[in-house]
Amino acid sequence: MKTKNHSIEELTQKEYKYGFVSNIEMDKVPCGLNEDVIRLISAKKEEPSFMLDWRLKAYGQWLKMKEPTWHNLHYPPIDFQKISYYAAPKSKKSGPKTLEEVDPEILATFKKLGIPLEEQKLFSGVAVDAVLDSVSVATTFKEKLGALGIIFCSFSDAVKNHPQLVQQYLGSVVPYSDNFFATLNSAVFSDGSFVYIPKGVRCPMELSTYFRINTQETGQFERTLIIADEGSSVSYLEGCTAPIRDTNQLHAAVVELVALDNAQIKYSTIQNWYPGDKEGKGGIYNFVTKRGKCKGQNSKISWTQVETGSAITWKYPSCILQGDNSIGEFYSVALTNHFQQADTGTKMIHIGKNTKSTIISKGISAGHGQNTYRGAVTIQKSAENGRNYSQCDSLLIGELCGAHTFPYLSVNNTSAQVEHEASTTKIGEDQLFYCRQRGLSQEDAVGLIVNGFCKKVFKELPMEFAVEAQKLLNVSLEGSVG
Amino acid sequence: MLQIKNLSASVDNKKILKDLNLEVKAGEVHAIMGPNGSGKSTLSQLLAGKEGYTLDGGEVLFEGKNLLTLSPEERASLGLFLAFQYPVEIPGVSNLYFLKSAYNALRKKRGEEELDAVDFMELVKEKSKLVEMNESFLTRPVNEGFSGGEKKRNEILQMIVLEPKLCILDETDSGLDIDALKVVSKGINATRSKNRGIILITHYQRLLNYCEPDFVHVLYNGKILKSGGKELALELEKHGYGWILES
Repeated sequence: MKTKNHSIEELTQKEYKYGFVSNIEMDKVPCGLNEDVIRLISAKKEEPSFMLDWRLKAYGQWLKMKEPTWHNLHYPPIDFQKISYYAAPKSKKSGPKTLEEVDPEILATFKKLGIPLEEQKLFSGVAVDAVLDSVSVATTFKEKLGALGIIFCSFSDAVKNHPQLVQQYLGSVVPYSDNFFATLNSAVFSDGSFVYIPKGVRCPMELSTYFRINTQETGQFERTLIIADEGSSVSYLEGCTAPIRDTNQLHAAVVELVALDNAQIKYSTIQNWYPGDKEGKGGIYNFVTKRGKCKGQNSKISWTQVETGSAITWKYPSCILQGDNSIGEFYSVALTNHFQQADTGTKMIHIGKNTKSTIISKGISAGHGQNTYRGAVTIQKSAENGRNYSQCDSLLIGELCGAHTFPYLSVNNTSAQVEHEASTTKIGEDQLFYCRQRGLSQEDAVGLIVNGFCKKVFKELPMEFAVEAQKLLNVSLEGSVG
Repeated sequence: MLQIKNLSASVDNKKILKDLNLEVKAGEVHAIMGPNGSGKSTLSQLLAGKEGYTLDGGEVLFEGKNLLTLSPEERASLGLFLAFQYPVEIPGVSNLYFLKSAYNALRKKRGEEELDAVDFMELVKEKSKLVEMNESFLTRPVNEGFSGGEKKRNEILQMIVLEPKLCILDETDSGLDIDALKVVSKGINATRSKNRGIILITHYQRLLNYCEPDFVHVLYNGKILKSGGKELALELEKHGYGWILES
């Protein structure tokens, strides 16, 4: 047994592969938060007055709020006055219009991350709105999408060029007063992505944004808004890596999705931010509010996430099933290794008739990792024939990690059906021995077993993402066997 | 090929194997028979590299190499294969993918080129006919929801595909009905070759009617009490294990 535990440790002691800092000149606001900082952010971004008003209302609300403590996470208090709330790559007045105009160092950074923008532009059919720190630096495929009336741009551009859409939908799913972190985001958000799919249009390609945190001690406050108009559909990919650093970084993003009648939105995430080192030092604090509203009849919103990074993950991609016959889905793989902590899950709020939701959650804990699933399924009185199926499985690797499950069910309509299944298993010595007897290394055996465990979620990911996710899982697990 | 010399081993301070000696040469089929608790499974698990056993003495050489210092995967790449008494389930991993991963891992270790999915599929299709498994079998998760007979046939399929030098079959016949036993035996017989050693661990004579061994050994209380030809198995069947003790 001793030799085994030793090799478990060895395997889990894997350094973060994507750690580096690129030297891009930053336009950074001094640390601290007050009304002037918010006015400054708004001014730098040349926003219309409705945006500034909204930010200030959020700030006023935030001052009255307390940081939540109900989660199963442990971390030192965050000093919100030690954070700089705005950083942008220094621009040459007007932003780059083509890739050639983009700072070569930024492009080099993306290359290191394996995001060949030029190649993608030519071959892959994936449009990339790449976010480096807080300002979008390159957007491809805009024209092709533009011909279909699809708007895919940075949030700042949307505020400037499509203010009526922003004003109509911003905060319609996650109001500025929603929760401590979402409210902070509403006050100070710097940039993010905006997508609008017009009536009846099926977006012909996966829309993809790569986020990357780059300036030390810069909070990241991204804001994404996706609107799928009647009868439209879109698949959106979000993937992240971040460089190694010593101080913890706060990230508090907000994602809002709106699906109108007969519209479908599929939102997939691979989150691989710096998780901290083997001792648990450093790493990203990720407090995210993601919520979709199935506003129209027969609409559908599907969240798929693979969470392997961050020191702390606090994230509950949720669906408000307002339209009759609307469908909400949540597929999640969350992996915690070393000293990572994750408190993640979903909320499914059934309001319309015949609404359906599915929750498949796979939590993997290794090293000292602590993994919590927290889910709430609410069937409101109006949700005649509401259906929910939830499956929450936990896999433990080694002796020192933990898995926790907190499902909340609230059913207020007798015609509803709600099912919940849960399991906790350890990677069995028998399974490992069986694989190794057939010739697989211990590491490959764990990868195989874990990927099998996650299969139900991976098959929901777009093809190329699924392959990446499997690799990522194997990399994140290297050194974690039990 | 395999030389076991004065092997003694224990689990939780309980002596299971005591001064066991056995030699298996290429081309030979050895049957090891014995009652419950005689140490049969311990022997097979120990040879395959399962942890949790304490070596108290003796050595095991496999083609001249000291087997007991190697990891299970190293032993596998040298050509040692264990057909499990209780094959393990791996949910979410297809039989085909598992087998291909194993096959290519072994090839890689031996410095051979890995086989791509198409070529491998052809190979497996051909081999699975031998154990009368249809293709749907390959896409199902490893052993999950398999019947007892299917699990054992799957072990034989893996053995046929991986082409080991030494096959140890741990009670592969137990829990099989007569039809499944025939299929499994057919697979084992197809594996017989002059370059390959086979150890059949079993309780019963039944399997040996279909797979004729060259040698039969009786394992009792951690020791080989008696060795002989195939007729020894028939004697055992007739008289029971008590007969060995008395004689």
